[in-house]
Amino acid sequence: MSMTVSTESATGVVATGPGGAISASGPETKTQIKPYTMNFGPQHPAAHGVLRLVMELNGEVVERCDPHIGLLHRGTEKLIEYKTYIQAVPYFDRLDYVSPMCMEHAYVLGIENLLQIKAPLRAQYIRVLFSEITRILNHILSITTGALDVGAITPALWGFEEREILMEFYERVSGARLHANYFRPGGVAWDIPDGLLDDIWAFTERFPKFMDDLESLLTENRIFKQRTVDIGIVTKEQALDWAFTGPMLRGSGVAWDLRKSQPYEVYDRMEFDVPVGLTGDCWARYLVRMEEMKQSLRIIRQCCKEMPAGPYKIEDRKVSPPPRGEMKRSMEALIHHFKLFTEGFHVPAGETYTAIEAPKGEFGVYLVSDGTNKPYRCKIRAPGFAHLQGLDFMSKGHMLADAVANIASMDIVFGEIDR
Amino acid sequence: MSEQALKELGDVIAAKIGGDVLKVEVKLGELMVTVKRPAILAVLTALRDDPATRFEQLTDITAVDYPDRAERFEVVYQLLSYTHNRRMRVKLATDEDTPVPSAVAVFSAANWFEREAWDLFGVFFENHPDLRRILTDYGFEGHPFRKDFPLTGYVEARYDEDQKRVIYEPVRLTQDFRAFDFLSPWEGMTNVMLPGDEKAALQDGSKKP
Repeated sequence: MSMTVSTESATGVVATGPGGAISASGPETKTQIKPYTMNFGPQHPAAHGVLRLVMELNGEVVERCDPHIGLLHRGTEKLIEYKTYIQAVPYFDRLDYVSPMCMEHAYVLGIENLLQIKAPLRAQYIRVLFSEITRILNHILSITTGALDVGAITPALWGFEEREILMEFYERVSGARLHANYFRPGGVAWDIPDGLLDDIWAFTERFPKFMDDLESLLTENRIFKQRTVDIGIVTKEQALDWAFTGPMLRGSGVAWDLRKSQPYEVYDRMEFDVPVGLTGDCWARYLVRMEEMKQSLRIIRQCCKEMPAGPYKIEDRKVSPPPRGEMKRSMEALIHHFKLFTEGFHVPAGETYTAIEAPKGEFGVYLVSDGTNKPYRCKIRAPGFAHLQGLDFMSKGHMLADAVANIASMDIVFGEIDR
Repeated sequence: MSEQALKELGDVIAAKIGGDVLKVEVKLGELMVTVKRPAILAVLTALRDDPATRFEQLTDITAVDYPDRAERFEVVYQLLSYTHNRRMRVKLATDEDTPVPSAVAVFSAANWFEREAWDLFGVFFENHPDLRRILTDYGFEGHPFRKDFPLTGYVEARYDEDQKRVIYEPVRLTQDFRAFDFLSPWEGMTNVMLPGDEKAALQDGSKKP
């Protein structure tokens, strides 16, 4: 952390006694600290990536903090305008890189809405299953690194072991641990391999033990509570005004979850509860995330149990490519394959805003199509972007170290904020 | 939510706001209202406070660039009502020079969304408390998401060993940027008259079966 003292060094001021005379006990000196500006980041372990905060501090109390973002700006939205619809899917993995499949989910749902198609039931189940695995993946990282920021190292060590197991599921289904590129308009890229559901089920039996261990480390831990309770309180009105979503909103007592209120895919068949925080502070948000992991486990179990047989992507050859075997025999299949991977499919002109409940909040894609094979405009609404601009009001009046706790409880990932 | 209910909501909004509404559309199950530019603050306030609409949250503000139009930018506001569980879109048109009233006074969240639209598109927002660039580099010139801004940009940065600092140079590409024209006459251009098509057209403009 580099410090820049913007004003002259602190000056000693002679304190005067009553009546303006210098007190009898001799000249007492009271140190007057002038507010100074400090740079936090962009290379700082608690900045969760490339956040640069310009903070005005009065002593150790934050008076103003101005996040400078954009250090990871890659122009994803512009790049997508130059790619066909399928070629743009991998860009979404690289937005919120700790929960890749949820980002893809919003995008493919947007395309499906424009094309007016619906993925087969099995594909919907697979997508929901992996969205929830992704949610656990994200929350483990968010909670454990958040604990790291306030001084607890062990949760991060334990959590990354569990994340590795989940990323193995990613790898088995898509071939990649992180940037899966697995969801497709009209379904998913491949069917799930044999035995994967059994292994996921075994994981759901093992995972509650980890949750208990994590809770015993954190939830009632004295130091953890000292650092999170009553820190960064967000009221319900503020959360709505500042466009907070996800755990940031639920932590403030708004019972709102897009999986319940505007269910997409097969979420309306799932039985799960939406946890809501009462106090709106960092601790409430931590509790909400913990409970969400448990609810995700319930959904994963239901998906494993109810997983229907059938096709894993739509049979429409104008949208989804034919299987490899068919291409060896059928000329038409070969042409379809060639056309899909060079030209891509054309999407009827129109526009749609599709939002999903990503682990961090409402992740939306505003897609404008002009009838060609490339999106005319693809605006990505990242939850973290809205959350980060609330950091100023959340941290005002808190100590510098509490600003770190606030950043941690926002679950900031710069891939999606800077886009 | 059904199309019919959305249409009714659109009519209610049009009646409330009156002359400032230019167009109400329901497409793909989503409600879109186009309004006059100066009225946007009144519209957003009415939509937020009216018990019939109650759009409490401004989900997003963005811009779309249509260089062929007289007013090239379309500014799009996404709204969400928690009370009624509804979404809608408010749109308005503007160009490079005409400022749009800033919505920060109505929704605090508009601050960064408008900074982003200014940075990437050059849409100017009036009475914005702090209209700085947000995503691009310090000292960046131009508005990169406009359609006439090249994908590769104009400058590239590198660290210069002699000067011991990062310097900017004009972009040099070792190979041309490959932009393929996929609009083949077979599928992409269904509504374009190709040479000879006029022979197939009937007197009233419709095509022969």
